[in-house]
Amino acid sequence: MDSTVQSTVPSGQPLIAARGVGVKRAQRWLIRNVDLTVHPGEIVTLIGPNGSGKSTTVRTILGLIRHDVGTIERAPGLTVGYVPQKLSIDWTMPLTARRFMTLTGRHPVAAIDAALDEVGLTAFSDRDVQVLSGGEFQRLLLARAIIGQPDLLVLDEPVQGVDATGEIALYELIAGLRHRLGCGVLLISHDLHIVMAATDTVICLNGHVCCSGSPKAVAESPEYRTLFGSRAAEALAIYHHHHDHAHLPDGTVVKSGDADDHVACTHPEHHHDHG
Amino acid sequence: MIMDEFLIRALLAGVGVAIIAGPLGCFIVWRRMAYFGDTMAHSALLGVALAVLMDVSITGAVFVVAALGALALIALQRRAPLSSDALLGILSHSTLALGIVIVAMMTWLRIDLMAFLFGDILAVSWADIILIYGGGAVVLGILAMIWRPLLAGTVSGELAAAEGLHPERARIIFMLLMAAVIAIAMKVVGILLITSLLIIPAATARRFARGPEMMAVLAATAGVVSVMAGLSGSLAFDTPSGPSIVCAAALIFLMSLIPTGLKRGPAHEGNMR
Ligand SMILES: Nc1ncnc2c1ncn2[C@@H]1O[C@H](COP(=O)(O)OP(=O)(O)O)[C@@H](O)[C@H]1O
Ligand SMILES: [Mg+2]
Repeated sequence: MDSTVQSTVPSGQPLIAARGVGVKRAQRWLIRNVDLTVHPGEIVTLIGPNGSGKSTTVRTILGLIRHDVGTIERAPGLTVGYVPQKLSIDWTMPLTARRFMTLTGRHPVAAIDAALDEVGLTAFSDRDVQVLSGGEFQRLLLARAIIGQPDLLVLDEPVQGVDATGEIALYELIAGLRHRLGCGVLLISHDLHIVMAATDTVICLNGHVCCSGSPKAVAESPEYRTLFGSRAAEALAIYHHHHDHAHLPDGTVVKSGDADDHVACTHPEHHHDHG
Repeated sequence: MIMDEFLIRALLAGVGVAIIAGPLGCFIVWRRMAYFGDTMAHSALLGVALAVLMDVSITGAVFVVAALGALALIALQRRAPLSSDALLGILSHSTLALGIVIVAMMTWLRIDLMAFLFGDILAVSWADIILIYGGGAVVLGILAMIWRPLLAGTVSGELAAAEGLHPERARIIFMLLMAAVIAIAMKVVGILLITSLLIIPAATARRFARGPEMMAVLAATAGVVSVMAGLSGSLAFDTPSGPSIVCAAALIFLMSLIPTGLKRGPAHEGNMR
């Protein structure tokens, strides 16, 4: 897990591209007109109120539910690591954290140990998954999703139930992964503050895409403020306060907020040509 | 020593069925499909009736009917808003009743209904044993091949599908394997008790298993022990063999619940959800 791995998908080409996607169930559009593209090395975050169709969007893009209109293109041979929003494991199945790591694919012991270590679960590897706390289980889900070094990580509220320090650590881990694995990340987050920090593109969803672009541009857009009200303003303040710079993987600090501040469906440059 | 040969055949048949039933039974327990399995098994009697009517192989007909029943159930569950519990309850008992009625109507044929309902392990032939072991090897081989997608799909179908496995395909194959086991095991324990031979050893194994694969092996072991104990009991007390085997399995399950002081898992295990 320590080496830098290049994605199998050539950069520049999107890992996944959805255009005009709509899902209709029981005469109701759950989502409509959703455009979404994830490139290698890019973090795209979906935000939106409860029931705004975030999970529906990612499940559609993953091909888990049928869409009624629009097109979804996946890069050929795309590998996916998925952390679903909900997962409960029946008590009748004996399943240790370690065995859970190889649920969808075989992995060497060293890789399992490294992945568990990365999320701080080394001491938990022989415990049954059912006894893990909510936060521990979320970390296990994340470790399992990244162990196969997928091209695309799809994380549906991956830090639910994780405490504040753990949350920051996990987001740092996720942000680091795209550099190390060169993978794209499609993230659903309810935490506006965090979204502002590490994301390249924010898509604000409310049944449809109500705005998208760089975090700063979205945070300043009127649609976003209408949707999130005072919380939005607060997040923006925090954004200005804390995130007027970014850390490159080698530790250098760069000023941000100059280049990518436009609300649009286009994609900001991503920097995954690291050393 | 005719008695001896009877016994050897019965024992071989029972052991073979238990070895097949253990791993499959684990999935029935994990997927909470006990009722589903019952429904499939009960439909087997329809297969028997049809086979006799059409003069074809009983095992083959039972397999086909149970498999079609399972596929129909999957299709029904996908579209019917009716709770699958009620749906299975309706189907389970109506197929059983229908099977008994049809068999009873065919008065010109002498079908030993009891043998099909409760099994007749002492009447097992060498041909049956070849079928059990040959068919069993195929069933377990296929199960091993679909193990990962089936297990991943049991934990989460969406997770498995998102990561490129084919859990739905594995599930349908699993249903066919179940149909095969019902056809193979019918003669040993009878259609009324097949699900118990699938479920009880798996439930017994749960407590001692540290992983799904270990549970499958332990379930097969518990099944083998149940067959041996049940058969001995059946001979000693002159009781019907199928029900005796199930009684033995249940007894072993109860014994497995007795605290042993065996240390299992971390100390905070009482903190179960
Ligand atoms: N299969 C379905 N049939 C009907 N409605 C659904 C289905 N799945 C989700 N919904 C509805 O779609 C809306 C969006 O759900 P979801 O995507 O889970 O929202 P979010 O993840 O943003 O909270 C909700 O109102 C939910 O009730
Ligand atoms: Mg959701």
